[in-house]
Amino acid sequence: MVGIHHAYGTTKVLNNISLTVPAGELVCLLGPSGCGKTTLLRIAAGLEQLQAGSVTIDETVIAEGAAQLPPEERRIGFMFQDYALFPHLSVLDNVIFGLFRQDRRTARARAMEMLDQVGMVQHAEKYPHMLSGGQQQRVALARALAPEPRLVLLDEPFSDLDTNMRARIRQQTLTVLKQNNVATLMVTHDPKEAMFMADRIKVLGDQGRILQSGRPADIYYKPTDEYVARLFGPMNMIDGVVEQGGLKSSFGTLALEDPTVVEGAAVRVLIRPEGIILSKGDDDGGAPVEILSAHLLGDSSIVRFKVRSGINSGSEFHLRMPGAFDLTEIGQIWARVDPRHAFQYPQNQ
Amino acid sequence: MNAPRPRRRGGHWLDGWTVATIVIAALATVPIFAVIYLALTPSENIWPHLVSTVLSGYISTTLILMAGVGLGTLLIGVGTAWLVTMCRFPGRRLFEWGMLLPMAMPAYIIAYVYTDILEYAGPVQAALRELFGWSGKQEYWFPEIRSLGGAIAMMTLVLYPYVYLLARASFLEQSVGVFEASRSLGRGPWRSFFSVALPLARPGIVIGLSLVLMETLNDFGTVDFFAVNTFSLGIFDVWMNMNNVSGAAQLATVMLLFVAFLVFSERYARRRQRFHNTSSKFQALPGFQLVGGRGLAATIACLAPVLLGFVLPTLVLLRYAHQHFDPELSREILGHALNSVKLSVLAGTIAVLVAIIMAYSARIKGGKVLMVANRVAAMGYAVPGAVLAVGVMIVLGNLDNGIDGIARENFGFSTGLIFSGTIAAVTFGYLVRFLALSLGTVEASLGKVTPSMDGASRSLGRGAFATMQFVHLPLIKGGVLTAVMLVFVDCMKELPMTVILQPFNFQTLATFVHQYASDEQLGDAALAALSIVGVGVVPVILLSLTIAKSRPGHKGGE
Repeated sequence: MVGIHHAYGTTKVLNNISLTVPAGELVCLLGPSGCGKTTLLRIAAGLEQLQAGSVTIDETVIAEGAAQLPPEERRIGFMFQDYALFPHLSVLDNVIFGLFRQDRRTARARAMEMLDQVGMVQHAEKYPHMLSGGQQQRVALARALAPEPRLVLLDEPFSDLDTNMRARIRQQTLTVLKQNNVATLMVTHDPKEAMFMADRIKVLGDQGRILQSGRPADIYYKPTDEYVARLFGPMNMIDGVVEQGGLKSSFGTLALEDPTVVEGAAVRVLIRPEGIILSKGDDDGGAPVEILSAHLLGDSSIVRFKVRSGINSGSEFHLRMPGAFDLTEIGQIWARVDPRHAFQYPQNQ
Repeated sequence: MNAPRPRRRGGHWLDGWTVATIVIAALATVPIFAVIYLALTPSENIWPHLVSTVLSGYISTTLILMAGVGLGTLLIGVGTAWLVTMCRFPGRRLFEWGMLLPMAMPAYIIAYVYTDILEYAGPVQAALRELFGWSGKQEYWFPEIRSLGGAIAMMTLVLYPYVYLLARASFLEQSVGVFEASRSLGRGPWRSFFSVALPLARPGIVIGLSLVLMETLNDFGTVDFFAVNTFSLGIFDVWMNMNNVSGAAQLATVMLLFVAFLVFSERYARRRQRFHNTSSKFQALPGFQLVGGRGLAATIACLAPVLLGFVLPTLVLLRYAHQHFDPELSREILGHALNSVKLSVLAGTIAVLVAIIMAYSARIKGGKVLMVANRVAAMGYAVPGAVLAVGVMIVLGNLDNGIDGIARENFGFSTGLIFSGTIAAVTFGYLVRFLALSLGTVEASLGKVTPSMDGASRSLGRGAFATMQFVHLPLIKGGVLTAVMLVFVDCMKELPMTVILQPFNFQTLATFVHQYASDEQLGDAALAALSIVGVGVVPVILLSLTIAKSRPGHKGGE
């Protein structure tokens, strides 16, 4: 997809979006709800009229200007957020629905094969209303994949599932998609889901612009935009002015990687909660801190603390650490910053 | 980029839907515009004559009729709706749906029945004379049923269910809390009713009232039988007796102004209705227990309209049908019934097919144009049958003359009348008038199918038509059948258009009953009248079931 713009009335929802889904890869559009992610999928599928730009698949232009191939001729599978299973058809007939060009027996065999892949063979004769959410999701996936589409679009595929179910279905969906080696474009608002599923992530911002694209690790470790950095939860923030190529803080001078930043520029450093490490000695040049509270979340704890000395004396920070934090442990505690989790941006962005 | 281009334009196939919709909308409105056009360009202008003679009479009679029926239906409809939704008294559960029964009774049939039993020679006056020993008309006073007042009474008795239905729905939708808040602020139940409940229900009541008044304007059978000179009768008179088409069209155009006002009120009320639904949460209704005399009064208040509007006339008809049973006549009636069924099935089927096309193209194409086209096509429901009949005659007459002219010029023979005075003309009239019914029903059921169904089917390779065939039609089957049934029933009952447009030597149940009753032979027509009532009961039962299923606390579909 190249140069996609889309507006509803005067509201721009997509702004010069270009993206490519390589064969067999899973690309994930990550962004807040209402940022036009679903619209982009609908444009790709031909369910929404293209307003500007072009859509190409296997080197064939399928939509550009007024020439737009109708959705039924695109061979693009679509899995809807509400699954959109046909309530009047059995599970098997739902999957067969897209196989009408084959003879009945071949179609049936193919449908059963797909149902087998998603583990729904034993429910083939049931009707959608008799299935749980997770089962419906799997049928919808089987139905979308059955006609061997050139591309599959997944619209918030796991949002209607409860948390426990979600992890399992996510794994299974990924397995089935990889097994079928099909190019997939998925949208989600859940960064963890995107990290888990995607080969590549495109982060979409509020104005329908792509803010960053890259592998999951790039998005997490090299967020090029403050917005992207904040996607994964609340951050610690230190504002300051560049001095001698770095930002002075209670945690020492935070080195700035960006060589273009000039002396005296106002910068903001964001530090992930998991990027602050506590220790009982100041061996690594950490800052002495006062622990305010600790909250055990299960696999990790959130610890709130106040810096005791230095430039940021009195400021509050929070960190995330594995396991529980023992508040009864007495003695001075120091905190230091792991530079891999600290990111620098110009201020007033 | 030298990649191959898409084979064809995506919009191309869908445009067929747009064109079809616009053509249908145009066809559905041609009769209305034809009337207005002819009224403005009369061949022989009798307008000054109409103004100086009959027009003011038509206007005042029609206005009085509308005012009377409006007031009557308001009193009965709102009153019983309030009793049934808010109070507990003997028989309430039965009345919840029983109040609807008079809907099955066409006004003209109830008018025939009451005339028969209340006129001088009828059983009531005969019994009174016997009882008091009166010997002649001059010795006592008895209300004349064949009068404006009689017409108001007849129409009120069969039309109040429209107000009842919408008032009841409005009362149910109101949060009980609002009413209780009013009472806790020191207002008594009566003052709370007038200052809170009634104003909140007003938009719904106005919709019901507009429908009642549209039906009042549409009525032909009653006013014809009672010789009450309303517009419907005037149009008929100028057309048939004075043989002046332009005059009829001019009267019809004035009548359209009345209609425009009603449509406007209805639309306005519907817009406001949305803001009046204060709470989507249902609470159990308070259910004021009415005991003793008050309970009995409530029961009687609800029972009377049902008895008078349905039970009594039905019993009378049953008795007549039994007394006057005649195998010969029954065979004749069966023939007319078959005509009625044929016409109604034809109109019902076409109306629904057309509605599916229109509703579906609006769904897949979207956009203002199609939305407006659909609303315009549905305009006919507000236009009185007499007006539409004139319009259909004008359009088909011109069409016939046109074809005839071409045939004579080019092939040297006359085709005569092809459409005028045929079943096609009647069916066309029915379609224009009842398209709104089928369109509304189909749109409603199509609206319940989530749009992602369309997307799922299309992305699985099915085109727009196949999607409709394999996804939508199976899903909206119930709605489609309801739509066919609704149009069917209304066609069976329809009188004014059928009278004007029916082919020579062709009668339906309705026109047969009308003719016989006009000749004071209601007894012979009782069986036919009963059949019409019987058919009319079907949608009432359907509606009743919906009401019975929807209890406060559950969101009911009404």
